[in-house]
Amino acid sequence: MKHNLILRVVSKFLIPVIILFALYVQFHGDYGPGGGFQAGVIFSAAFILYTLVFGLAAAELVLPRRLLRHLASLGVLIYAGTGVVTMLKGGNFLEYGVLASTPVAGQHLGILVIELGVGITVSSVMLLIFFTFAGYGKS
Amino acid sequence: MIDTLIDIVQLAFLAITAVAIIRIRSLFAVIMLFGIFSLLSAGLFVIMDASDVAFTEAAVGAGISTVLMLATLAITKNLEEKRPSHRPWLPLIVVMVMGAALVYGTVDIPSFGDPEAPVHKHVAPRYLEQGEEETGVPNIVTAVLASYRGFDTMGEVAVILTAGMGVMLLLGGRAARGKNDGDVR
Repeated sequence: MKHNLILRVVSKFLIPVIILFALYVQFHGDYGPGGGFQAGVIFSAAFILYTLVFGLAAAELVLPRRLLRHLASLGVLIYAGTGVVTMLKGGNFLEYGVLASTPVAGQHLGILVIELGVGITVSSVMLLIFFTFAGYGKS
Repeated sequence: MIDTLIDIVQLAFLAITAVAIIRIRSLFAVIMLFGIFSLLSAGLFVIMDASDVAFTEAAVGAGISTVLMLATLAITKNLEEKRPSHRPWLPLIVVMVMGAALVYGTVDIPSFGDPEAPVHKHVAPRYLEQGEEETGVPNIVTAVLASYRGFDTMGEVAVILTAGMGVMLLLGGRAARGKNDGDVR
């Protein structure tokens, strides 16, 4: 699709908006519908659109598979690491209440951090799966 | 009244899409219909006030899985499903009996939104009454997923990572071979 001018221009407009929406869903999941899982999927959708229009090679310059593999593991590490931190601070595994001065603030912080972990893992795994399928037998 | 009408129209579209998925042999069209099916399901979830589930269904079911199935189709290069060589009567009877049993089972299910249903009697009242005070998060779905059931969600994230690793192990090795930089379809 390298010569499709309309698609290229429109997707260049759309991709930043999609990423912005993903970040909104990620950090606004406490108040409205959404959360790390949905945000991760929307975030990866932006890059899948980029890959479809500009080709796999261009997309892998932005997000190399090596980086994505590390990010995918990092998300789970952030999630489980939060649990370990709460244990070190004297609580149970994933008992966020001990993270901050008041239990409610701790809960809020903990939920934000683990949702970030979920978002990072989901978006990078979705992209990795797509890149693997798209690059099968090519590049 | 109008709600019932919307429900009926949505479910009718869902049924039509399902029948079309079974009848149509072109796999490309079937994948598109799967996307439409997911989007219709997302609409039904919105009608049932489950906006978080609807969001996930629309993003994952209609979005990502459609793209992944198209990518798979591009690899297999076989765009037509083969017609079955014989009439599968026995499977049809089994499916009919199973379906009838499931419909019979729904008779005993509490009606939708019934506050006296067992699922709404166990831990749900506590989550709804004290969730916001305890977690400071107004969206109860997020509070349950991330805090009360945080351990479950960690398992889900691990499952996603495992799925990604599985795909990479099965297909990733071949990608390194061959040199031509092709476009992605």
